[in-house]
Amino acid sequence: MSEKRPQPIVQGSVLVVGGGITGMSVAIEAAEAGLEAHIIESSPTLGGRVSQLTKYFPKLCPPICGLEINYRRLRVQERVHVHTLSRVTKLQGSPGDFQVTVEHRPRFVNDRCTACNACVDPCPVRRNNDHDFGMSSTKAIYLPHAMAYPQRFVIDEQACQGVSCSKCVEACSFGAIDLSQKTTTETLRVGAVVVATGWQPYDATRLTNLSFGKHDDIITNMMMERYANPQGPTKGKIVCPSDGREPETVVFVQCAGSRDENHLPYCSGICCMASLKQATYVRAALPNAKIRIFAIDIRTPGRLEDFYTKVREDPNVSIERGKVARIDEIDGQLRLQVEDTLGDKIQDVYADLVVLATGMEPSIRRDPLPFDIRQDEDHFGITDVATGLIVAGCAKRPFGVSDSVQDATGAALRAIQCQAGRSE
Amino acid sequence: MDKKIRVYFCTGCGIGDAVDVADLQKTAKKTSKNAAETRSHEMLCSPEGRAMIESDIANDGVNAVLVAACSPRVHQNTFHFGPSTIVDRIALREHVAYVLPAGEEDTQMAADDYVRMGVTKIMKTEPMDPAVTDVQASILVVGGGVTGLSAALETARAGVRVVLVEKQEKLGGWVASWGRKFPTRPPYRDLVDNDIVNTIEAVEKHPLITVYKAASVLSISGQPGEFDVRIRVGNDEKKETIGAIVQATGWRPYDATKLTHLGYGKSKDVITHVELEEMLSKTGKLVRPSNGAVPRSVVFVQCAGSRDPNHLPYCSAVCCRTSLKQARVIRELYPDTGVTLLYKDVRTPGQYELFYKNAQDDPGVFLVKGEVTGVAVDQKTMTVSMTDSLLGDAVEVGADLVVLAVGMTPVSEEPILNLQYRRGGELPVGKYAFPDSDFICFPYETQRTGIYAAGCVREPMDSDACSEDAAGASLKAIQCIACTARGAAVHPRAGDLTYPEFFLSRCTQCKRCTEECPFGTLDEDEKGTPKPNPGRCRRCGVCMGACPERIISFKNYSVDMIGSMIKAIEVPEEDEEKPRYVAFVCENDIIPALDLSSSLRKKISPWVRFVSLRCLGSTNLQWINDSLIKGIDGVMLIGCKSGEDYQCHFIKGSELCGVRMSKIQETLTRLALEPERIAVKEFSMGDWESLPDWINEFVDKTNELGPNPNKGF
Repeated sequence: MSEKRPQPIVQGSVLVVGGGITGMSVAIEAAEAGLEAHIIESSPTLGGRVSQLTKYFPKLCPPICGLEINYRRLRVQERVHVHTLSRVTKLQGSPGDFQVTVEHRPRFVNDRCTACNACVDPCPVRRNNDHDFGMSSTKAIYLPHAMAYPQRFVIDEQACQGVSCSKCVEACSFGAIDLSQKTTTETLRVGAVVVATGWQPYDATRLTNLSFGKHDDIITNMMMERYANPQGPTKGKIVCPSDGREPETVVFVQCAGSRDENHLPYCSGICCMASLKQATYVRAALPNAKIRIFAIDIRTPGRLEDFYTKVREDPNVSIERGKVARIDEIDGQLRLQVEDTLGDKIQDVYADLVVLATGMEPSIRRDPLPFDIRQDEDHFGITDVATGLIVAGCAKRPFGVSDSVQDATGAALRAIQCQAGRSE
Repeated sequence: MDKKIRVYFCTGCGIGDAVDVADLQKTAKKTSKNAAETRSHEMLCSPEGRAMIESDIANDGVNAVLVAACSPRVHQNTFHFGPSTIVDRIALREHVAYVLPAGEEDTQMAADDYVRMGVTKIMKTEPMDPAVTDVQASILVVGGGVTGLSAALETARAGVRVVLVEKQEKLGGWVASWGRKFPTRPPYRDLVDNDIVNTIEAVEKHPLITVYKAASVLSISGQPGEFDVRIRVGNDEKKETIGAIVQATGWRPYDATKLTHLGYGKSKDVITHVELEEMLSKTGKLVRPSNGAVPRSVVFVQCAGSRDPNHLPYCSAVCCRTSLKQARVIRELYPDTGVTLLYKDVRTPGQYELFYKNAQDDPGVFLVKGEVTGVAVDQKTMTVSMTDSLLGDAVEVGADLVVLAVGMTPVSEEPILNLQYRRGGELPVGKYAFPDSDFICFPYETQRTGIYAAGCVREPMDSDACSEDAAGASLKAIQCIACTARGAAVHPRAGDLTYPEFFLSRCTQCKRCTEECPFGTLDEDEKGTPKPNPGRCRRCGVCMGACPERIISFKNYSVDMIGSMIKAIEVPEEDEEKPRYVAFVCENDIIPALDLSSSLRKKISPWVRFVSLRCLGSTNLQWINDSLIKGIDGVMLIGCKSGEDYQCHFIKGSELCGVRMSKIQETLTRLALEPERIAVKEFSMGDWESLPDWINEFVDKTNELGPNPNKGF
């Protein structure tokens, strides 16, 4: 065994806020280059939005494949420290020397958990499953999803009946459940901070004209990802949520709340591709279903155009120009009123299932950070290397996965830059 | 190193209920006297379990730990005991306890086989001896446009030395000849100044950057960490030793002379938007090239040759914003000139929508959606005809000047890098000649280790995105040097300290390894003997699978090792009616899929034994021979999807495996076996729930063929 230890090419440390695909990528890329990295993730697992997706466009490959490779990189990487159920509460200092206060919420399940599942049956209470947007439920003690990292159960504090119940504690033969866990805090010293807090789907209940929430057969694109997922609420069956029947006509409403001064003035960049991809889900699951996509423009930049070309050739898919102005239930059917984009003609379109292609809203709009970063008027963050505060992924711009990872890789470099020459 | 092996059995997670662990301990002992020492624990992953192993390492000199518990995908850190202790794993939980009925004879037999295989494997595992390299911490950037300049500056700002090679006499590329730019920063509404001169100045002044202008790369040889680069600068030749490379060779406009249907070449007043940009920025004026007069009406034809199966089928992503910007510049210069944009879709993703919105507020800019069908040229004016997509009508628009928004093509195929590699001189390119990664999660996953494409050569993008992309590629280049220095692989087997070793005295110079390596790792000498370049290697083992002489091995992965594991499987006599199947599976996709399905306790035939491979492409035909001769009744080879949307991180593992299996016929004939006993299956990891079903069906179908008649020989 060689004892030779080469000089590090670059060094330093970085704290990454957010453990989705962007945050994971920042931390792993930085660590593989030589930095220490901390991931601060608020939920019980890494993976973020990507773990909710069924397939990626344009390859229609499974997102869990990329998660797996990243998890493997994490598992062999001693320089990455993963903190789930955690959040930053305070940030002080300057590039090269930040002091970050991090609060760790209790998981109530310690690292003796082997994810064996024995605790689930005895648990008497259920909770809404946020991974499925509330369309399914889990017990109060649950594994966030099959590809959760860490592979450990967690207890939903709100749902759990606490010590008075303790049925899970009795069921666990490993002593992994500890209902006495309390919130703790620690201070981490790092050279740079990357904000990779990602996005949330735009709140479709605000699209009152599109009747989301008033009719069960109007769903969002992210809900569609869960419906199409073999591990989702319908085990991959695409059905009308109101009565479980198979839809004959599925209509996708593009720019639902996007490119709209009253909602999100910008374009989220990925919804066109997402709907085209979801059209292939519907076609695979329901070979006779008719699909109509209404859009102002179809935005499939670069070589993504090939995917658009392919889907457009499908005789059961019709891509039409138009802006959906209203959706109503008329005699038990969903009627969409579609304006042509000059606004002088309206056609009525009927659908069994409507998918609203809602856009991305930066998470920090609803969940502000405990420190200031530069933001634009829509709350997308702006990197400022001089301050040591770097923004990456969808916290910065509405990105697809590939662009997010590209951006994350660049963010790792900026984390090095803002402490280069300071650590000696 | 003398190996002192100890086997640790976990009885937790149902393992103790499923099998008789004491009996497995005897099996370990019977497999090898070197594995005679065993221990069991009710929860090996607990601090107490780990402490037990640590104590054995400290006090008993144990240096090879075989953990018979759960999948190697979990508790990797728990069972990591430093660089001088060999650790291997047997997935008794996922392959036995979770998926086979507890307490049955077949279940015990499966566990027995996995123990024999595991002991055999760790016996054959050698300690790591990483190829530690004296690296040059320097980056070569090829191309001095906005991407190359950014790569140089970003790298230097991280404290790493850069050599920048630009073929022109001036830095700056296309952007240097442009005027104001569309906004890429908030508030995204107004045009911004082109600040490329500042970037050029910063690059030229930076002490860590050496700039060679009017220069080209004559050759690159060697491997990451120590590339030897020859550069021609004027009449001189410079030599540099380089750690890693960023290729930022950019783009050129689609050849407009192919767009005669749009009037290019028929009238001087049909120009490309690149020509328009140069006219505006050089002269500050807009004129009709035919007569020098200011045009009163300018028509932009978007997607000129783009999104067109006869020209560029893809979209170049930037042209919509460029035309909107140029429309703005023209309107500022000539308020009386009307500008019309004819478009299929306006593509201004993200916050760039705000710029589009602002452009729409100008009453002198008309946007018409439709398909342009042609440009008619007569002596004085031009007429652009189109089908209005909204009304379906044919529309004609008169124009004094027609601007064709042509797309971008990558500068990727002419001699650029001149790699002195057996497998060619340039980065392999994909569809439309972009040398891009094919992986959504890994946009910098290159097919030539240590060489990263960035900017428009990788994908059409705007200049701001080019700068960001340059930062990413620079990080990957720095990272590659850092990994190479300690002898570690880069992505996807990041951190792997093994590398292929060649027992060259038995090499027959058949060249299969050099030809099949997906990463162009191996060179050849004059006789055809492979020259390993561990720094270029990604450790997939495709060379090992390809080698008919079986002379390529890793410290913990070899033809002999896997072959010996197969031989360690006990094959019952025919009359026992206990068939045996071997499934060679890819560890990247299929092992996780099996782990996931086992977590749902989906049952799998107890007659199957799984063997994890680095990649299906590392499958050596010898293993199939070994299996069939031993009396194994069927062999499954399960890997990831091949084809246009392949998922193999080693490019075409499943495909190579399929090709190799097509050559197994001779063996089958000799052993009087049916070809259906061997199946190569491509499986998407996302379909993990149905993987056990396919395996069980294969077992059922193959059972109908009756037993392999070679049992017991």
